[in-house]
Amino acid sequence: MTVTDERPAAEVGAARRRKEDARLITGRTMWTENVALPGMLHLAILRSPMAHARLVRVDTAPALREPGVVAAFSGRDLPAMGLPCAWPVTEDMVHPDHPALAVDEVRHVGEPVAVVVARDRASAVDALAAVDVEYEPLPVVTDMEQALADGAPLVHRDKGTNKSYTWVFDSAAAGTGGSTEEAFANAPVVLRRRYVQQRLIPSFMEPRSVVADPTGDQYTVWSATQIPHILRFLLSVVTGTPEHKVRVVAPDVGGGFGGKLQVTPEEVIAFAVAQKLGKPVKYTETRSDSLLSAHHGRDQIQDIELAADRDGKVLGLRVKLLANMGAYLGLVTPGVPLLGAFMYNAIYKFPAYRFECTGVFTNTTITDAYRGAGRPEATYAIERIMDELAAELGLDPVEVRRRNWIGHDEFPFTTVAGLTYDSGNYEAATEKALSLFGYDALREEQKRRRESRDRVQLGIGVSTYTEMCGLAPSRVLGSLRYGAGGWETASVRMLPTGKVEVVTGTSPHGQSHETAWSQIVADQLGVAFEDVEVLHGDTRTSHKGLDTYGSRSLAVGGIALVNACQKVIEKAKPVAAHLLECDVNDLEFRGGAFRVRGTPTEEPGKTLADCALAVFAAHDLPDGVEPSLDADATFDPENFSFPHGTHLCAVEVDTETGRVSIRSYVAVDDVGRVVNPLIVEGQVHGGVVQGIAQALFEEAVYDADGNLLTGTFVDYTLPSAADLPDVVSDRTETPAPGHPLGTKGVGEAGTIASTPAVVNAVVDALRPYGVNDIRMPCTPERVWRALQGGAS
Amino acid sequence: MIPSAFDYARPSTVQEAVRILSEAGEDAKVLAGGQSLIPVLRLRLAAPSLLVDLGGIAELRGVSESGDELVIGAMTRHADILRDPLVARYAPLLAQATATVADRQVRHLGTIGGSLSHADPAGDLPSVSLALDAVMTIAGPAGERSVPASEFFVDYLTTAMQPGEVLVAVRVPKREGWGTHYEKFNRVAQAWALVGVAAAVRRENGSIAEARVALTNMGTTPLRATAVEQALAGALASADAIASAAASAAEGTSPSSDVSASAEYRTHLAKVLTRRAVAAAGGIDAA
Ligand SMILES: Cc1cc2nc3c(=O)[nH]c(=O)nc-3n(C[C@H](O)[C@H](O)[C@H](O)COP(=O)(O)OP(=O)(O)OC[C@H]3O[C@@H](n4cnc5c(N)ncnc54)[C@H](O)[C@@H]3O)c2cc1C
Repeated sequence: MTVTDERPAAEVGAARRRKEDARLITGRTMWTENVALPGMLHLAILRSPMAHARLVRVDTAPALREPGVVAAFSGRDLPAMGLPCAWPVTEDMVHPDHPALAVDEVRHVGEPVAVVVARDRASAVDALAAVDVEYEPLPVVTDMEQALADGAPLVHRDKGTNKSYTWVFDSAAAGTGGSTEEAFANAPVVLRRRYVQQRLIPSFMEPRSVVADPTGDQYTVWSATQIPHILRFLLSVVTGTPEHKVRVVAPDVGGGFGGKLQVTPEEVIAFAVAQKLGKPVKYTETRSDSLLSAHHGRDQIQDIELAADRDGKVLGLRVKLLANMGAYLGLVTPGVPLLGAFMYNAIYKFPAYRFECTGVFTNTTITDAYRGAGRPEATYAIERIMDELAAELGLDPVEVRRRNWIGHDEFPFTTVAGLTYDSGNYEAATEKALSLFGYDALREEQKRRRESRDRVQLGIGVSTYTEMCGLAPSRVLGSLRYGAGGWETASVRMLPTGKVEVVTGTSPHGQSHETAWSQIVADQLGVAFEDVEVLHGDTRTSHKGLDTYGSRSLAVGGIALVNACQKVIEKAKPVAAHLLECDVNDLEFRGGAFRVRGTPTEEPGKTLADCALAVFAAHDLPDGVEPSLDADATFDPENFSFPHGTHLCAVEVDTETGRVSIRSYVAVDDVGRVVNPLIVEGQVHGGVVQGIAQALFEEAVYDADGNLLTGTFVDYTLPSAADLPDVVSDRTETPAPGHPLGTKGVGEAGTIASTPAVVNAVVDALRPYGVNDIRMPCTPERVWRALQGGAS
Repeated sequence: MIPSAFDYARPSTVQEAVRILSEAGEDAKVLAGGQSLIPVLRLRLAAPSLLVDLGGIAELRGVSESGDELVIGAMTRHADILRDPLVARYAPLLAQATATVADRQVRHLGTIGGSLSHADPAGDLPSVSLALDAVMTIAGPAGERSVPASEFFVDYLTTAMQPGEVLVAVRVPKREGWGTHYEKFNRVAQAWALVGVAAAVRRENGSIAEARVALTNMGTTPLRATAVEQALAGALASADAIASAAASAAEGTSPSSDVSASAEYRTHLAKVLTRRAVAAAGGIDAA
């Protein structure tokens, strides 16, 4: 076996093009919708047109007479299967039953009422019209404050309340800081603001799809999901099917953004129907179904109060949230706002903090995780009010932040919310962003335009952020009453030819794990990037894992991967020593080869490939050596990781029409060490535009009867490339301490940072007109109205 | 998103199309580019029993000259309009507006005839056809007839065409020496107009000799801003004169309030956009 003398150039840090692109871009791959099985039947789901009604009658019999129809079921015909909520955030949380298919009552428009099974999809859809449903309308409530008022219509009448829970964090009680009451009592400056996080729709590119295939007592489920492992576990629990009889496959998945972090009614219905009929079935949602009934995100009312001294030092922060759960609790619905609870104090040294969140039921589609989950909301509110503080005191918004942030020499830093920030350098990131942005020149231009009363005004917005990613230390999750742990797992298999198969418990759906994981393994094992294959998303090959969300895959799964590689090297050592006829203790592993310590690198030594072949043949192994180099590792983090950054946005506002155009956008992110800068840039870019979309474009709107008014992309105005700016993206690198790769997380950073940067810029442009807030999205009409109000 | 079942016919002449349509009665629908019709079918907002696809009728596609007019076949695609030299020379307003329609994919399928026949007041081309004084050539069982744009749009999604009739061509008077501009205001790039303004202006010496101004999405049909046109006729070609004329842009309009914008805001936009459109058409700096 020949060996190259050269240690290959480091892969980690290289801008490798993505391995997965060829198949994703050409479409030569498997999406769930492509799964076609012999005898497969197709499902169509009848959805409630009413936001709240008693089901007087659901008669599916007429549908059975339609051509091609094989079966039809209402909620009464299928076994009772409640959808799971894995995060009961308080002991007394009101947790209503959530049937996959409605039984007695529907509680939001789009809730599944009946399912029709036919030989082809068109016949199934046609036959929906034949299902006879009688609805007896019940009073509807869609507004959170109305839902909490006395005498409000109840979403769940048997519960007697629309309140799911109230969760409180108080730094004085927790011993992590002082009392907010004291802080506010004596504060020279107190600001109170109400911010509204509008409801958003995740809008992943690939609509959700599921195939359930029963063979004997085994079930294979393909699903366009982010969470094949969690889905397997919960399908087994919900349906009572033994876990070892359930295999879940997430083939290539076209985006999720948290929207596919769910156990959906459709998955459970498909499973139940397949079980009942003993035939494979498929359901693929339409875009209209998706916008209507796949879980939504955000939808919070934030009452935030800040106490400060006249120098701009913050003395205390109080946050009172109302969080719209929708009609039921999804997989992690109640916990989403709590992920924000620890982030309101952001990058700052606040002495006192109190947070209170009330989860509220309304007759709307459920909310749940959406890119950033809780953290964008928190970052928005604090970064908006920091700008208000600057305005109040006549300070530059960057200066106010400087006066409050944690210095780079103060890490690790335990915050008032009780988290220990691992590392960071807010000064460096901010300096870099300011200079890339040309901050001073833009402020000059702004001044000129203000003075000349230019029709188009310039606004400058800053947002500094940190976030907790790398979900999550299992102990912390346990203390927050979450139903699972936060570890991750990886396996490395050495094939006899020296090629490497990696099995990861993470489940990429756009995050490029195949490329990044290959780069990591290439460096660890000294093999070529091309010689690594990364397998994921099939519980038969990857039996264990906690999947992909919360910017956890690299931060947690990356360490599991490195640890598994280290185990492989350890296992190869006795084999290499035997081949080299030396003592194990004399070996060193460098550049992919074992050599006797001190031998020059020209010596070929023995590579892992040599060892892999040796254990494959196993003809000549020392006694007691297992003929395998394969290794697994599972890693549970001790702490979150805390990337951070500074984003700056300049907008132009047409004061006549209210139109906001982004003129320039600079993102400087510190996500620790970077495995692949191309991937990081892609994540930042995508995240930034998703955050801009919240600031300026997107909003899911319900009318008072609970109808979704933004049920198509005509009304739910998702921006495209033509509406978005070029993003200047740069980095500082503060490695994550204790992480063998030094990486943090980047999946959500852009979304967290950009929304407040944009809205701060819009408000900044309009301050001379007496405007100090605009509700998101800052549509032209809202901006125009603010200008009318401010002028009068 | 599966339409109800329907029959499909693909005639190769207009006569054949008219015959099939009149035999099938009210339940049949013409299919042009499908960019408005297919979504309606997929959402099951309509369920025609027969679609008569005009895509096989070669004579309906393309732009030609006939005396003082351009004759634009109903099946001419938006993308064809954008690169047609005759349109560029004699009716640039049409190209300017067509460039703002939807996105590239839609523009390669959607047709001018489909846009006008669909008569969506939020569509960009109906108001343009008004501003250009276009005349529609319509074929029916009784032969051909001509209907001016001002009489063609009768209500929301409703034209003067009867069941069994087909829009064959749009005739546009050649206009040289006019400045034109289409000012569209939408939420995102490929969206429909909240409000749009089509303006054509002929200048003589230092004043505006004539102007045509039509509004998109300010009522159930596209509308001519006649008060603006009258105020502009003979007015000085100045920013002030234009601004004062534009102030009456919303006269006689009845914009809707919906999830995208309120009537009040649309009314405001109509005035601002009219000022901008007329100024741009007249080559006048309106600041
Ligand atoms: C995403 C999207 C965005 C869009 N945005 C815009 C926009 O910004 N501005 C805009 O103006 N348009 C927009 N459109 C519509 C587009 O311009 C359509 O092409 C146009 O409205 C219809 O043209 P069509 O050829 O596709 O007609 P079809 O959809 O085939 O037909 C539309 C209607 O007209 C009838 N019809 C068609 N041709 C004839 C004929 N020759 N005689 C009689 N009846 C006929 C049909 O029966 C049908 O009722 C958009 C469409 C989409 C899908």
